[in-house]
Amino acid sequence: MSIIMDVMKTAVRLAPGSWLPGGTPDPLMNKHGLIGKPASRIDGPLKVQGKARFAAEVSLPGLVYASLLYSTIARGRIATLETAEAEAAPGVALVMTYRNAPRMAPPPLMMSAPKAAGASGLPIMQDAEIRWNGQPVALVLAQTQEQADHAVSLIRVTYAVAPAVTSFDAAKAKARTPENILGEPSSIEIGDAEKALKDAAFKVDLIYRTPRHNHNAIELHAATVAWNGDQLTVHDATQMVNGTAWTLAQVFGVKEEQVRVLSPYVGGGFGGKGLGDHQILAIAASRLSGRPVRILLSREGVYRVVGGRTTTEQRVALGAKPDGTLAALIHTGVAATPTRNVCPEQFSFPARHLYAANAIKVAQQVTDMDMLANIFMRAPGESVGTYALECAIDELAEAMQLDPIELRRRIEPEKDPTSGTPFSSRHLVEAYRHGAERFGWDRRDPTPRSRREGEWLIGMGCATATYPYYRMPGGAARIRLTADGRAIVQMASHEMGMGTATVQAQHAAERLGLEYEKVSFEYGDTSLPSGTLAGGSSQTASIAAAIIAVSEVLTKELLKLAGNDSPLAGLKPDEVEARDGGLCHVDEPGRFESYVSILKRAHRDELVCEAEAPQPFEMWKYSMHSYGAQFCEVRVNAVTGEIRVSRFLGSFDCGRILNAKTATSQFKGGIIMGLGLALSEETLFDERSGRIMNPSLAEYHVPVHMDVPAIEVIWTDIPDPHSPLGAHGIGEIGITGVGAAVANAVYNATGKRIRELPITLDKLL
Amino acid sequence: MRPFLYEKAADAAEAVHFFAQRAQAKYLGGGTNLVDLMRENIERPEIVIDVTGLSREIRDVDDGGLVIDAGTKNTTVASHRTVRERYPVLAQAILAGASAQIRNMATVGGNLMQRTRCYYFYDDAARCNKRERGKGCDAIEGFNRIHAILGASSHCVATHPSDMCVALAALDAIVYLEGPQGARHLRLVDLHRLPGDTPDIETELRAGELITAVEIPALPFAIRSTYRKVRDRSSYAFALVSVAAALDVDDKGNVRDVRLALGGVAHKPWRATAAEQALRGAPASEENFRRAAEAELKDAVGLAGNAFKIELAKRVIVNTLQKLAMESGAGS
Amino acid sequence: MNFTINEHSYEAELDNRTSLLDLLRNHLGFTGTKKGCDQGACGACTVLVDGERINSCLALAVQYQGRAITTIEGVGTAGEMHALQRAFVEHDGFQCGYCTPGQICSAIGMADEIKRGVPSAVTEHVAAHNIDFSNEEIRERMSGNLCRCGAYNGIVEAVRETFAEELAS
Repeated sequence: MSIIMDVMKTAVRLAPGSWLPGGTPDPLMNKHGLIGKPASRIDGPLKVQGKARFAAEVSLPGLVYASLLYSTIARGRIATLETAEAEAAPGVALVMTYRNAPRMAPPPLMMSAPKAAGASGLPIMQDAEIRWNGQPVALVLAQTQEQADHAVSLIRVTYAVAPAVTSFDAAKAKARTPENILGEPSSIEIGDAEKALKDAAFKVDLIYRTPRHNHNAIELHAATVAWNGDQLTVHDATQMVNGTAWTLAQVFGVKEEQVRVLSPYVGGGFGGKGLGDHQILAIAASRLSGRPVRILLSREGVYRVVGGRTTTEQRVALGAKPDGTLAALIHTGVAATPTRNVCPEQFSFPARHLYAANAIKVAQQVTDMDMLANIFMRAPGESVGTYALECAIDELAEAMQLDPIELRRRIEPEKDPTSGTPFSSRHLVEAYRHGAERFGWDRRDPTPRSRREGEWLIGMGCATATYPYYRMPGGAARIRLTADGRAIVQMASHEMGMGTATVQAQHAAERLGLEYEKVSFEYGDTSLPSGTLAGGSSQTASIAAAIIAVSEVLTKELLKLAGNDSPLAGLKPDEVEARDGGLCHVDEPGRFESYVSILKRAHRDELVCEAEAPQPFEMWKYSMHSYGAQFCEVRVNAVTGEIRVSRFLGSFDCGRILNAKTATSQFKGGIIMGLGLALSEETLFDERSGRIMNPSLAEYHVPVHMDVPAIEVIWTDIPDPHSPLGAHGIGEIGITGVGAAVANAVYNATGKRIRELPITLDKLL
Repeated sequence: MRPFLYEKAADAAEAVHFFAQRAQAKYLGGGTNLVDLMRENIERPEIVIDVTGLSREIRDVDDGGLVIDAGTKNTTVASHRTVRERYPVLAQAILAGASAQIRNMATVGGNLMQRTRCYYFYDDAARCNKRERGKGCDAIEGFNRIHAILGASSHCVATHPSDMCVALAALDAIVYLEGPQGARHLRLVDLHRLPGDTPDIETELRAGELITAVEIPALPFAIRSTYRKVRDRSSYAFALVSVAAALDVDDKGNVRDVRLALGGVAHKPWRATAAEQALRGAPASEENFRRAAEAELKDAVGLAGNAFKIELAKRVIVNTLQKLAMESGAGS
Repeated sequence: MNFTINEHSYEAELDNRTSLLDLLRNHLGFTGTKKGCDQGACGACTVLVDGERINSCLALAVQYQGRAITTIEGVGTAGEMHALQRAFVEHDGFQCGYCTPGQICSAIGMADEIKRGVPSAVTEHVAAHNIDFSNEEIRERMSGNLCRCGAYNGIVEAVRETFAEELAS
């Protein structure tokens, strides 16, 4: 498999660009009409009035409520299980354990098949085995949530405890190199980086540590599920409706078409809303009880069954030559993982593409711990990888007495430093220049502790943000063009707050030459054409590519329908363009016919077209990434060590920005999660028990209003000639580089380098 | 949450009467802590007596003090003109706690009865002597960054989470009680206990006793008082260390009187009597503030995660007193 | 038990354990009020009771009979959104929209608190008669409402724009 992939990748890299999708730049990428406009969210009025209906809010007749009991040991077997008291409790409809749960296949592990969505691939409630602390061991259904929760507390479980690996240090000693890291090599060596480091004129060689994190979307994970014979309906909160439907079909032995997953609104995802044990258990319980079931995890429950970002230990070593270019770049380390998971926490990815160096070594390892499978959390790997790399760059710049932005300018590569492929679009230096000007970087004194106001030490820092461009294969879009000149675009995609429907309506309107109000975008339902997952910041480009494909089909079909009596008669698809609610000749705008007219003459109520997006070969041909320069100003209290972020600016280079308003929110949202990563967030994993000790929004500190200053966001808005609409995904890049920008600012303020997140005040005393 | 009987009491006597009806009974104020603990199955009352129907007044006392009924909402206290003018430390402490929504619900009595935020207390999979005497304490060798440095024991290192109580401790507040054996009162500093070998017994309340009011005696120099809270977020987080202080400096720059209490450091709001003693009569100087802080923290014991609190507490004491001294014109 | 919600009366047969939040969401269909933690740590469940904002997840419903409860469904009118709701849309004061009803109810309660002279932790002089309606005051007072999407800037702008005139001190 991988050999074939390698051959194909090589073939694509050697092929002329014009053969590929994006080979001819999308004509819309430079058009300043609807695209880029700061349109307000289409679903805004529903959301502000509380009318958007989330997964746990779907009402079904005869609905019962589920509650889960979680294991309290990390490894072993259930020895005894007493459920009689729970079964007899008021309102209880079912107590399900491994003894009576229906037989279910383990959910296929993500990336083992195109639509596989399992986070660990482990069997769910099929045996007495305990594989992590917090694993569900029983589920209760009752008439009310109160009854279900109470009955769960009446179940008695004892365990035969087996030795568990819950210490990262112990696991690190036996760390292993995985076959690959998300399809990329686990390690890359170019030249002899260790030797180059040893011989370098300037060098830093440092260890950075990052803790576990949880997504903590404010909407709790939930599903409302019902069987009708072998037809399953799941009202879910998910970032992958199609993956969920396909995987559930494998688990329950039904056909994919028999499973309908609906997820029109998702109350925050950040990578955490996928297919977990909770939906599967609720569906199993529904089958067993014959009742529709609602499961709404408690906040603790989310921590117990939905993995987050895992802990890492990273080494970054940089060696520089006297001219300020890099002789050696080394980024290696280990991420704590269980044996079976999908997310290796790809912290070494940024170092593969960011900077030129004579010799490069990147390598990352994983462990075999007895813990809940960690899963993708906003810029998995890149968020914590940029913390280590960009702090080290700052340390090197200081050692060289060079401005850190100037250092980055000197190590700007001409082509991808590890793959050797050309960059599709890279304007990092420009992003730094704009950002530095706007932020007032020239007011920064490189000497730490040189600025003080009363008790407060003030410092500035910067860091590079980066995240890959991804476009997922496999999505299809449908357009229904109706006789009244409206278009409904349909694709089973997702809205967790990114502005999907708004932006794609803007896109489709521009592409079809329709007024914005005449286009709607339908999504979040597997009865629509299959979409791709909302992950890897890929969804916007993936949908856009499908819409481009279907609009090409639509144009062809319209020209056919228009026939010989139309001003368009005889024109080929590439001779027409869409505008003013119809098609016209590219060079003779007078040769025009409206959609309404075409459909009317053809006696059609609507014209429906569907097409699949082309394969994302552009990702193989080019090194495609988004970039940014993050600028932070902190105030650190000299007495207490308290840190306040007083100013923040993100200057991004992410191709064409499609909606200035929603894009700003995406960038800011990423930055704010980055402030949490930098300063306050940590999932406390007790290494004695393997148990998470702060499964609560009270003790896990996500940033609050008071922690967040007015953030400024700017962008280059330079389209990538090789991506649909010239756009890149922007959901994740915002969090990258923030940890380092804050840490570097803290250093500038205090003279203290904090190489372990979060930077809490005790580390500065 | 286990099922329970609910009764709403019209007055304290009725509340006490209801309480005696079941072995496991709890008084319910705003519910901001109790309802959470019941949902976690840590509190399992058979009967819950709603005392929010009791009198909720704030009354001036002849000598210049204040009496605050226990059912008064936290927001009401913090907004009260007299409190803000005469006892700013109390208003500030309340406003530094929780969120506006919680302060709108939480009562004074409930605030006094808050239970610890120790992770191991909240998780019934962990060992906790507070939940179950004699079980052991998983915090001592576990995550204890938020735990006690003063007055802890080998059985319990939990802290009391209240901000308001720290101010009340500094202000010599008196707690009024009504119980099956009648009414009595306690000094607030005597209400909460140190853990010893019975950390499950958190207060000196006798079975069925209800807190009916809190009295704050007159303290003219409390007009110059303040609350400083250090925490992991800028807002909406429990204290790592907090200081409630009132300072009276004479014309010569000497400390005539002082009130000092610490939060986030012990199983109870910690009245800093050693520091106060060291300061009375001494010049209000940074050096003396530091000496007083050292005296107060002399017996502090740090664990792996919380040793930083010892130095932090000292610094916050010094810094807070310095600011008060500066305000009173005694530059230091 | 009898409840007054958005000026209408509702009857419900309830377990004593039922929170005001679950009464609204599971029993009466007022799903605009959200559950994010069920322990008073996120503010998504904020509703107004007699005009004051509270966390409905920590409120036992039985305690709130006969009180005037306002949920997001009672903010604005059937025909027209509240000015604050419009401002949230305009300033993009949300992304996923889940914490939004709580933010909006909270902000309405907050504006009233400022009007009544309730101080906050950042009010420079706690005894001051007039509260400065600054961004810092808004941020501190809204800190009981978490937004994981990070729409804080937009929320502050929307709140400021809506109430600036009314609360100019």
